[in-house]
Amino acid sequence: MSVISPKKPVVEMHSITKTFLDVVANNNVDLRLYEGEICALLGENGAGKTTLMNILFGYYTADSGQILVRGEKVAFSSPHDAIENGVGMVHQHFSLVPSQTVLENIVVGSFRGKFFLDTAAAKRKLLELQNRFGLHVDPDAFVWTLPVGSQQKVEILKALYRDASILILDEPTAVLAPLETKELFATLRTFAAEGRSVVFISHKLNEVMEISDRVVVLARGKVVAERKTSETSEKELANLMVGHELTKQPYSPSRKTGAPLLQVSGLTVKNDKGVVAVKDLSLTLHAGEITALAGVSGNGQKELAEVLFGFRELLQGSVMIGDQPLPFGSPKAAIESGIGRIPEDRMTTGLILDLTVEENLALENHTKFKKGWTIDYRALRRHAEKLIEDFSIKTAGPGAIARTLSGGNLQKIILARVLSASPRIIVAAQPTRGLDVGAAEYVHRRILEARDAGSAVLLISEDLDEIFMLSDRIAVMFEGVIMGMVGRREASIEQISLWMSGVKEKCA
Amino acid sequence: MEQIFNLTFLAGLLGAMIRMATPIIFGTMGEIIAERSGVLNLGIEGIMLMGAMTGFLTTLHTGSLWLGVLAAALVGILLSLLMAFLSVILGLSQHVSGLGITLLSTGLAMFIYRLSVGSPVSPPTVKPFSPLAIPLLSNLPVVGKAFFNQYSLVYIAFLLIPIIWVLLFKTSWGLVIRTVGENPLAADTVGINVNLVRTLCLAAGGALMGIGGAFLTLAHQNMFLIEVVGGRGWVCIAMVIFGNWNPIKGAGGALLFGFLDGLQLRLQGIWYKIPFHLFLVIPYLITIIALATMSRRTASPAGLLKPYRREEKG
Amino acid sequence: MRLIMTKRPPLSGWIQVLLPIGAILVTLVLSAIPILFAGGELWLSFYSLFKGALGTRYNLLETFTHAAPLTFTGLAVAFAFRAKFWNIGAEGQLLAGAIAAAWVGINAPPLPAFVLIFLICLAGFLAGGAWATIPAFLKNKLKVDDVVSSLLLNYVMWHIMGFLLFGPMQMPGSSWPRSAAIAQAAHFPVLLSRSRFHLGILLAAIAVLVVWFINSKTELGFQSRAVGANARAAAFGGINVNSVIFKTALISGGLAGMAGVGEVAGIHFHLLMDISPGFGYSGIVIAMLGRLHPVGTALSAFFFSTVIVGAQSMSRMTGVPTYIADVIQAMALLVMLIALLFTEYRIRVVRD
Repeated sequence: MSVISPKKPVVEMHSITKTFLDVVANNNVDLRLYEGEICALLGENGAGKTTLMNILFGYYTADSGQILVRGEKVAFSSPHDAIENGVGMVHQHFSLVPSQTVLENIVVGSFRGKFFLDTAAAKRKLLELQNRFGLHVDPDAFVWTLPVGSQQKVEILKALYRDASILILDEPTAVLAPLETKELFATLRTFAAEGRSVVFISHKLNEVMEISDRVVVLARGKVVAERKTSETSEKELANLMVGHELTKQPYSPSRKTGAPLLQVSGLTVKNDKGVVAVKDLSLTLHAGEITALAGVSGNGQKELAEVLFGFRELLQGSVMIGDQPLPFGSPKAAIESGIGRIPEDRMTTGLILDLTVEENLALENHTKFKKGWTIDYRALRRHAEKLIEDFSIKTAGPGAIARTLSGGNLQKIILARVLSASPRIIVAAQPTRGLDVGAAEYVHRRILEARDAGSAVLLISEDLDEIFMLSDRIAVMFEGVIMGMVGRREASIEQISLWMSGVKEKCA
Repeated sequence: MEQIFNLTFLAGLLGAMIRMATPIIFGTMGEIIAERSGVLNLGIEGIMLMGAMTGFLTTLHTGSLWLGVLAAALVGILLSLLMAFLSVILGLSQHVSGLGITLLSTGLAMFIYRLSVGSPVSPPTVKPFSPLAIPLLSNLPVVGKAFFNQYSLVYIAFLLIPIIWVLLFKTSWGLVIRTVGENPLAADTVGINVNLVRTLCLAAGGALMGIGGAFLTLAHQNMFLIEVVGGRGWVCIAMVIFGNWNPIKGAGGALLFGFLDGLQLRLQGIWYKIPFHLFLVIPYLITIIALATMSRRTASPAGLLKPYRREEKG
Repeated sequence: MRLIMTKRPPLSGWIQVLLPIGAILVTLVLSAIPILFAGGELWLSFYSLFKGALGTRYNLLETFTHAAPLTFTGLAVAFAFRAKFWNIGAEGQLLAGAIAAAWVGINAPPLPAFVLIFLICLAGFLAGGAWATIPAFLKNKLKVDDVVSSLLLNYVMWHIMGFLLFGPMQMPGSSWPRSAAIAQAAHFPVLLSRSRFHLGILLAAIAVLVVWFINSKTELGFQSRAVGANARAAAFGGINVNSVIFKTALISGGLAGMAGVGEVAGIHFHLLMDISPGFGYSGIVIAMLGRLHPVGTALSAFFFSTVIVGAQSMSRMTGVPTYIADVIQAMALLVMLIALLFTEYRIRVVRD
């Protein structure tokens, strides 16, 4: 099955198996990495890509199997051992210290035997690396001031500073605008040209085709295929990844667009750090229509959503629901005004994992079950039983602790809670992130049903596939402003990508 | 005559400020090291009491004051290692582990003291540290007596402030400690042993807390009483917040507390008709007010209170 | 060598009940260390401990009497901790309740006993509750750490009490820090003859039921649990977190205040400096061992009352200092903490 390569393998992973609780994340996986290549690790969410690489990075220890680096058997018990062997990894969620400078973040822990900080020497070494790989970030800037793209550069520099010869990147483009992705790819090519190796974890086919020399496809914890990139196609990879042909047909568009239900005008909002995150933004949502808000995360979508959820104070502007202004600073009032909330971080703001399923199903409308000072737990249970059935939530029962449910079923709890209150307006932020295909499709169908029943939907998403399948109109958000808006039929991926990168006019 | 009385009063007040601040400085420095690495050590109150007790008994039996100080530091390390086992290695709630350590230490201190000395009519005493005058400087008017004719532990405490500041902000160790406290995952992924760093920081901090306790029974007083620490450990926790986890600002807070403590002692003498409890309450009250005014403007290390475990899915 | 911990699925109800019992047994075994260290003969020590606490009618009722304030402070801590309001200030709230009760008991006009008793309870509850709302207010409005502020407030209240007992509330003609006696009508009636088994014990039992009812049936109970489990999600879900914390503090402090009322009106009939031998701090241990559940808290209060009362006779019989009770309490807390870990995680020791 292995693709013959003239180069020497730098990493050989043999029959790696790793189990979490009852889930087999990696099942007898073999992987080779050669000198000077960019190897893509392709697979859907939950296929086991990140786990496998965390094992190579020493963050996890495999249950069984062995690893050879440059022909020698190694047993990494912590990232420390992996770094010693030239392995560096950039995780999808960065691990930086926002309150420290770029330089401090990069050099920490790398002074052997030197007691006092030698910042001058460290800075010289860093500048040399920056020039060599085109990773320009001000060493003295505080990390919290940097945009996400630059933070990623800091993460890569951290690995390079430790002289990594094997660089693992986990979904690095998820946080990047298309133009930043191009820059990253250039850096990776320089790196590989020096005879070093890259593992590029992704589920995006087009990027894998563009950057990699070789593709290893993982599905359900196993290696299902290995191809030279030049000898395969997006279509074949998609088949291998999902196990069946991808049919990403758009859903039927809105039948009739109704009256405007929610009008945002001139909205300006600050984020937690006191920086303006949404600038003079105006947007109207109509009944029976899904408006998608595309854009890379961190461009003000979260702050906008929090204003609509009644959680965040606004600086300027107004939000009108029908002809009533939305009261601020009170999530309760927002819920009562008919806003349904499907939050992005469902584990931390959507659900209370230590409460029961029935309590979570009633979290936002528990006052409906009030009898004087008490709560009618019997009515609460009837309510929960009905929703569990209607939304086919898989759980041991309404009294089960929410933590015991799978991600897809947790999202169904939120969906059931929101839709059972028949909201006029639904704000859905990244509603299918991290869900498997079946669960994602279920969420999509429910949102479409709500739209067809006359709700106005704001779909905040980074996933362009989802946006093109589901929405009726597409707006793009970049650095707190809306770059443009277009009907789905008239929209092109190219146009949307340019807007996402902050380019207003279409280039010739 | 009036003039001299005022100057004497001032010198006395300043001297008392420095003395009363000293145990707070030891405790605050110890707590800052621990918290900068991400562990809130609420065991401090009990550790100081154990330090006070152990230091006292050791000196009582050996006659050596410095042996007492050493014993106090060792017992501080020991109790902090227990704290590290619970809150770092096992990853239990730092709040509850720390309170548990304080309750355990308080119980043990009284238990061991009672076992060792029984219940005599008047408690045993030791010959405490005597002030060490620094040549020339101690002859300066007012400040000489206040600042340069103090116990050697006082000088050590004040030397510790810049040392710990430099350690935290100018050395590679300090950067490691701060990174572990801010984002343990970041530290782990660059190859730093998070739990080891935290354990060592707790131990080092515990030694200082123990010495701070010993100061109370070997210098400030010459006997051990159950209420000898009397909430000073909690004051140290407050001073860490007040000082925004900076040793210099924290020491400033400790001096403020020392000043108020010294002042209330003197006011007790002057306005002896007013119940002295009214004066005793002042330092605690001001500490709470200081916290109330500063807390919004401070930022704790982001990793504080969070035990670090490699994330295991499932 | 290192520990590998993996989350495990929640355990069934029975283990949750057995856990504190196991923790108590382990603690008793561990307490052999300080007992032997103090030269106590092991079996005689344990025998005299349990005999002294449970062996005779009088001793048993004495243990119940002692359990009343412990139940109140345990409930106070448990109720606050459930909402993750870290109220370590039960000691100060107890004193506030005692002061208020004593003041009313001394200064009230002649009233029928049941009115006066109701009044001192109300005063004590409100005083304790009000004192607890200070850290809640500081936490909500000024982001002051509730642990630190509630701890420091204990010392403030202790000195306030000192001021009152050396000043305005001192018994006329006395040089001791001791107030005048409260009115006879304000005394809690003794419910069982030839003992000190007073009304406060019944009130503590009622408080257990009330707290259970609040926790499991009322809106505040639901909300405070939600806030405790995830304040951010609760806020997004339309719950006013600040208001929940405020109400929780009021009730928590009120419960602690009732402990003070009981000590003044049921035991001492005066306000004294040593009205509480650390009941407030014991409340933390009791609440944790009772798993923050009101019934568990009551049982655990009874156990620690046994230890505290029994330690007196153990000390008389074997010479082991009575402070052994404090050591046992602290050990129980730490053992329980570790035991809780096993319910959440599977723990393996791995050799590298």
